[in-house]
Amino acid sequence: MTDRTLRVRNLTRRFGSNTVLDSLSLELAPGSFTALLGRSGSGKSTLLRTLAGLDPAPAEAVLDLPRPVAVAFQEPRLLPWKKVWQNVVIGLEGRALRDRAEAALQEVGLGRHLDAWPATLSGGEAQRTALARALVREPQLLLLDEPFAALDALTRIRMHALVLELWRHHQPTTLIVTHDVDEAVLLADRVLVLDGGRIAADVTVELPRPRRHADPVFATLRRQLLSALGVELEEAA
Amino acid sequence: MSETHAATAPRDLILAQRRRLSWPRVITSLAVPAQLRRFLSPLALVLLWQAASMAGLISPRTLAAPSTVLASAWELTLSGELPSHLLVSLGRVGAGLAIGLSAGVVLALVAGLSRRGEEVVDAPMQMLRTLPFLALVPLFILWFGIGETPKIALVALGATFPVYLTLFSGIRGVEPKLVEAGQVFGLDRRGLVRHVVLPAALPSALVGLRYALGSAWLSLVIAEQINANAGIGFLINDAREFLRTDIIVVGLLVYALLGLGADALVRLVERRALAWRPSLIKG
Ligand SMILES: Nc1ncnc2c1ncn2[C@@H]1O[C@H](COP(=O)(O)OP(=O)(O)O)[C@@H](O)[C@H]1O
Ligand SMILES: [Mg+2]
Repeated sequence: MTDRTLRVRNLTRRFGSNTVLDSLSLELAPGSFTALLGRSGSGKSTLLRTLAGLDPAPAEAVLDLPRPVAVAFQEPRLLPWKKVWQNVVIGLEGRALRDRAEAALQEVGLGRHLDAWPATLSGGEAQRTALARALVREPQLLLLDEPFAALDALTRIRMHALVLELWRHHQPTTLIVTHDVDEAVLLADRVLVLDGGRIAADVTVELPRPRRHADPVFATLRRQLLSALGVELEEAA
Repeated sequence: MSETHAATAPRDLILAQRRRLSWPRVITSLAVPAQLRRFLSPLALVLLWQAASMAGLISPRTLAAPSTVLASAWELTLSGELPSHLLVSLGRVGAGLAIGLSAGVVLALVAGLSRRGEEVVDAPMQMLRTLPFLALVPLFILWFGIGETPKIALVALGATFPVYLTLFSGIRGVEPKLVEAGQVFGLDRRGLVRHVVLPAALPSALVGLRYALGSAWLSLVIAEQINANAGIGFLINDAREFLRTDIIVVGLLVYALLGLGADALVRLVERRALAWRPSLIKG
């Protein structure tokens, strides 16, 4: 078997004079769940897009990535003219595509929406369809770019549980971009902070799941990460 | 006590309001079903026209009475004259549309899907479209004579531009995020065009198709004024010679019905092809 560790070395990305990623290095263990935090504009999406192959990597960068890769964006990005199941298997070939789509949709709790038009889905349902579209490819690398940012709080809680369940079941190396510290600590085993074009903080989360905000360790991690993001809290506990 | 009073007062008010609002609705809905109501005033106009004709206020040389028009339409249909002219006109529109739509679609694909194609195709198309194409009639007669060719060419030209413009802008207006999603999920260039770009451009292209049909009818009317010896336009011109306003009106009605039919056809296509649109999803 090949080594499925994700390795990035010396990744630099510039837009004009704006250096967004500055010889960044990164290593993710196979099957790990990592969250990537960072201020708005710190280059999180740029990094993710490079990992997804949507942006070209510069020649001097070393990228060693598990494949196949699947992405879920902040917006579901479903094709409105394709039924839900066709969206799930878009770009795939072979037989029994509908069955594969159905299995994936059932996993995200949308087994009854196979033939629905995307325009009829709620925000949460659309995002779950996007998850099914990622999962059906059985990715070794799952990249999530603020996938829950546009959802309401209750839906987000349900989506957290769903993502964890899917991750446990399929074990892809998962990297989720978020600007929500709580979400990062709630989901990931490792939280990275992107700042100045590099990984500025690397925090391991050793809390057992399910995690609770009330846990004192949670609060400590939270404060630590916020401080890495440049936010100092004077909390009256 | 004052509490119960306060609670009932608003309800009385609402009931009173509802009663006041619903009165006019009751009257109109009793008389005619909603869909038919919009045809009432056109019908009244036709009746007025008939009455004026019968009273001798409108001379038949100015405008024949509706009853005469209907009788002539019936006669022309029975004699086979109207169907044969109609067939000729439909043939011209059909041939012209087939050429014009194909040309518009091909040019839009070439310009829309490649930079080089845009450089070659778009600039001349944008220049040509500013030309009122009906002004080309004299040139067309010089080039193509007075047979069927200039008529079909004019219809084709009228149909090309709307389809080209709308399909081209539809292709260029496709949401880049959807293209990106297609890419990341494994669509190659052909797959992107087929599954993302063209479906995204379809609503706009169908609007173009509707314009193209309208433009094709207009071209047909103009083209059939050019020395035709068959077709609805010929029927109208011929009737003019004999001051038969009834036949002229029959010809105009046929043009109108054809236009309406074409529009209904596009609507039907839209309802089928754009079933995914939120505005068309009902229940
Ligand atoms: N295609 C682009 N062209 C120019 N600048 C860009 C482009 N994409 C991103 N940037 C810039 O790079 C920086 C990082 O963007 P991004 O990775 O989207 O940040 P984040 O996702 O962390 O909010 C921003 O300053 C943004 O303006
Ligand atoms: Mg971003």
